[in-house]
Amino acid sequence: MLSLLIVVPFLSVIIFNLPFFNRGRGFIFWWSLLLFGAQAVLSFFLTIPSYATSFQLPGSMFKFGLMLDGLSILMLLCIGIVASLTLVVAASVHKDQRRKFNFINLLLFAVSGMNAVVLVADIFSLYVFIEITAVASYVLISFEKDLRAMSATFKYIVLSIVASVFMLLSIAILLLITGSTHFMAIHQALPRSEHTFLAMLAVGLFISGLSVKAGLVPFHAWLPDVYSHSSAAVSLFLAGIVSKILGVYALIRVVSFVFMPDASVDMVILSIGLLSIFIAALAALAQSDLKRMLAYSSISQVGYIMLGLGCATPLGMAAAAFHFFNHTIFKSLLFVNAAALELETGTTDMHRMGGLSKTMPVTGFTSVLASLSAAGVPPLAGFWSKLLIVIALWQTGHFAIAFAAILASVLTLSYLLAMQRMVFFGKLRQDLAHTHEAGFGLVLASIVLAFIVVAAGLFFPFILDVFILPVRFFVGG
Amino acid sequence: MLAFILILISLTAVALWAAMTRSLLRSAICLAMMSSLLTMIMFMLRSPLAAVFELSVCAGLIPVLFISTISLTHPLTREEVLQHMKDRIRRFWYLPFIVVVVGVALNMISVVPRLALPLPEIEKDARTVLWNDRPIELLGQIMILLAGVFSVVILFKESGKDDR
Repeated sequence: MLSLLIVVPFLSVIIFNLPFFNRGRGFIFWWSLLLFGAQAVLSFFLTIPSYATSFQLPGSMFKFGLMLDGLSILMLLCIGIVASLTLVVAASVHKDQRRKFNFINLLLFAVSGMNAVVLVADIFSLYVFIEITAVASYVLISFEKDLRAMSATFKYIVLSIVASVFMLLSIAILLLITGSTHFMAIHQALPRSEHTFLAMLAVGLFISGLSVKAGLVPFHAWLPDVYSHSSAAVSLFLAGIVSKILGVYALIRVVSFVFMPDASVDMVILSIGLLSIFIAALAALAQSDLKRMLAYSSISQVGYIMLGLGCATPLGMAAAAFHFFNHTIFKSLLFVNAAALELETGTTDMHRMGGLSKTMPVTGFTSVLASLSAAGVPPLAGFWSKLLIVIALWQTGHFAIAFAAILASVLTLSYLLAMQRMVFFGKLRQDLAHTHEAGFGLVLASIVLAFIVVAAGLFFPFILDVFILPVRFFVGG
Repeated sequence: MLAFILILISLTAVALWAAMTRSLLRSAICLAMMSSLLTMIMFMLRSPLAAVFELSVCAGLIPVLFISTISLTHPLTREEVLQHMKDRIRRFWYLPFIVVVVGVALNMISVVPRLALPLPEIEKDARTVLWNDRPIELLGQIMILLAGVFSVVILFKESGKDDR
């Protein structure tokens, strides 16, 4: 059953590209929307039967050993939501049928790869599917064939290759010292290994590789360029889910589930998290380009997830997973808003905007909601996840870091409110008088995401019980 | 041993040529040559399966993909190529020094752990490993190949249609 989440999107690409299937190509949008939507809805009904679920095609072919736990379910939900909305936004942005068809094919490749990333139980399989998703992402970024996007793609590829080399080297060392690449086998064999230096080297290399993919400070050089120079739908997809799954999810999985618990590793993760929060927030304050500012904001928010992860407690893990979910939703919403603004004003320079809430009220209102949630203002969802992170830090004795995390929320609030003031409030500029809401797809995506932001905050107890607390089980909660 | 050292030197030389040559086509050919030399090293290190994969995929399939892609692009003029080379040298002059320093440092640390794959892993038949133990990687390989081909079509073939 789980294998279908990997195989069906991939087979869809093959079937829709068959030579005799020309007439059916018009249905690719609706079929993909059905697939991604079904994934989001089904994740509510998935239970956790065991850590190793396998599916076998007739004739003993393709027997996959997959794993499903609370964290995987949450990730499947996030992938389903963001992929569906990316599809809707892409349909609004790309009017040319051939380009839309190509875009959706790449989206299907990426979703198939990401589903595999969250379901595999083997570190080498994890690497393979990270690469598949990355290949689809490279092409998505340069999809518009704009010179700046090409240059951003090149930067991303070069840094990704360095990350891949680190990860491959780490996998090779892990295979040699533990005799396996399976998550559970590595987890059991690492503490007993006599090669302590090599084990730490492998852990360090893998964490560094994934930090590049997650765009964490100091490995973040590629991220602002990629997010700001790619097209609206692509930046939504990358910021909303791709970099989160390839980097952040994989980090959570390997650090908490595969590698042995280690105080020094936790301290490194906490330091990376804190650095990311402050450096990226300060960089965001200095930006005048909306998408670039959101990119730095994204790095800063991922820093919070790292703080939860660095606590290495069940509560910290659950908090990290909840902030992952919230960040996926509110950052996707902010990028949908940015896409609408870019389409209407023709720019992402905030100095050339102003008073747009008068002509784009839905975009303005939903953007305020997303900003408040990102800053951790109650009762929105972002508040609860940041609160859980601070409590987890406090419980583990990291008082100074907890205080710094609260202080950084003020920074977040300041750059997001500055953005609101420059873009939406004040007097409407004369040259923007013609603007209006940017089409049904973008408005629908904004409303759906804003609804989730509010609902996840108001129904926090339900979300906590159904999605967040099961996440802690894999760390022994 | 002498043959091994000679192959290593040739491999480094071909890799440098691949990085420094002006023509993308020559770079792709150098890559194929490098992979062939690496195949020989793998075979000498008693990894015939890895050698076969290196030869078929890295020395065969990937250069073919590169060459087909290059054939879909517009070549740069001689002046542009020279300018690119000058820029590259100006920006990355320090890289060879880093490689030498890191190499010397690693040699001085001389971490030579006595590690070997566990016996059951070595003794397993390649067919068992690929089809029974790791079929998901086979699916992954098919996916990555198709994603690569699809990417080339979207970025280059479609671009050609747009130009026309």
